[in-house]
Amino acid sequence: MKKIVALLAIFLMFACAEEKQSVSRIEGKRININDSLTADQEIEAYVKPFRERIEEDMNKVLSYAPKDMHKNDGELETTIGNLMSDLIKSQSEPIYKKRTGKSIDICLLNHGGIRAPIPKGPIKTQTAFNVMPFENSIVVAELTAANIRNMVAYLAEAKRAHPISGLTIKVDDDFNVKEALVNGKPIEDGKTYTVVTSDYLQNGGDRMDFLKDPESLEILDYKIRNAMIDYFKSTDTIPAKLDGRFVKQ
Amino acid sequence: MKRKDFIQQSLATSAFVTLGGLSLQSFTANTAKKHITILHTNDVHSHIDPFDANHPRNPNQGGAARRASLVAKIRKENPNTLLLDAGDIFQGTPYFNYYGGELEFKIMSMMKYDLATIGNHDFDNGINGLYAQLPNANFDFVSANYDFKNTVLDTHVKPYKIFVKDGIKIGIFGLGVKLEGLVDKRMYKETVYNDPIESAQDMSRILKEEEKCDLVICLSHIGYNYRKNPERPSDLILARKTKNIDLIIGGHTHTFLQKPTIEKNIVGESVMVNQVGAYGIYVGRVDFYFDSEKNVIANGKSIIV
Repeated sequence: MKKIVALLAIFLMFACAEEKQSVSRIEGKRININDSLTADQEIEAYVKPFRERIEEDMNKVLSYAPKDMHKNDGELETTIGNLMSDLIKSQSEPIYKKRTGKSIDICLLNHGGIRAPIPKGPIKTQTAFNVMPFENSIVVAELTAANIRNMVAYLAEAKRAHPISGLTIKVDDDFNVKEALVNGKPIEDGKTYTVVTSDYLQNGGDRMDFLKDPESLEILDYKIRNAMIDYFKSTDTIPAKLDGRFVKQ
Repeated sequence: MKRKDFIQQSLATSAFVTLGGLSLQSFTANTAKKHITILHTNDVHSHIDPFDANHPRNPNQGGAARRASLVAKIRKENPNTLLLDAGDIFQGTPYFNYYGGELEFKIMSMMKYDLATIGNHDFDNGINGLYAQLPNANFDFVSANYDFKNTVLDTHVKPYKIFVKDGIKIGIFGLGVKLEGLVDKRMYKETVYNDPIESAQDMSRILKEEEKCDLVICLSHIGYNYRKNPERPSDLILARKTKNIDLIIGGHTHTFLQKPTIEKNIVGESVMVNQVGAYGIYVGRVDFYFDSEKNVIANGKSIIV
């Protein structure tokens, strides 16, 4: 009896293979995930301890912002951009100095890399994650004077508040560069300058090509977000200022 | 004549066979219409929890535990369901920054994802970071245009995978976006990017002609389309320049399509392209209903979006 069943099953398979199936109708749509769906309890229970651990960390107050700071509160410089470039420079300086014996001249970041504002009031760990959600890491590139001039030309042409520190630029109404100083001094031919930036920009992000082929490159293994958190922890009230480092006159 | 008899006979015996514990009802003439359901997500970006109720754009939307309930419900209705992801599983919430993708992969495994492709952000902890999380994924990754030969991912990512559901053979291949200029080279290391359109042409031929798949699906992370750069490889270009692909499931551009797009392929046949934005706010659902080939030839194929 069993044999007959097996035999029939095999025959049926062949019969099926002969009767070829093909697509007659396709229906496509999207389904919204919202609170009309109940949460799967197994997943909920699995996530809970991780969520609590992260929330505890995220809610820790690290510093204080005296006012709302966002990336459009100035034309060519912004309070949040100045804060970011200054803190990345100051946090990186001791590490770079210890490794190479050299100082950092300039910090350059990108305007688009600031992903959220810093609201007035307590600064939490969450703030650093909001402003810098990515894993970008800090690098120091040593550039020729010619590439520093390319950087200045890039910034003038971009007409955007890319955060800078250690560098001051004055442009006229048509964005022609009138003056560019590194730590108060004109750019000297034959000299090299050290620029702290993100690995993303150094690798061609935002088409900052002048960073691509540096005289030397030091990878600090220090994430931008971690530098922010370390800085906030060591600072009672963060500065929120525009100081004319990049202006149209 | 003989064949007609045989089918009738098989009808009579199928009930008998079922009693014997073998479920073969689907082979009978009346209930032969098979049904495959494809569910898909893309660019979930570590969004495990729903957005806050006071979030300005997506209040109370998304959430992995809710998605799991939906998937379970649909699987109960149709066991012949596949759950797919089109990349950028990683990066976007502290869950990733703290735990490196462990939760994302484990939760997707709990939901029984069947297959995923690799997005650019899945390299955010380096190719070694992705490799380290693979043991947490009970599902495979496919990519036809990334060559991982000289990386740790060699042999861990296949160009395609074939599933057989209710006797229907479903071939699924993956495509990834150009990494140069998008991801730090130190992160993707020796991963070689090949032209996705050419890879797709090869894959669709292999899956349709050599593997004889009934359905060919592309899991793509190359982006829906680029208005400012219309020559850049995208899902719409992919659809137009290939044949034998039934469905392109996209990602990367976070395109919230209200309904799937229907494009004509190189031989004038319809291809469905779908992408459900980002962050797990939506799940895409595509149902394929089958019929005997002669009925399809007689009645045509309908697409409802």
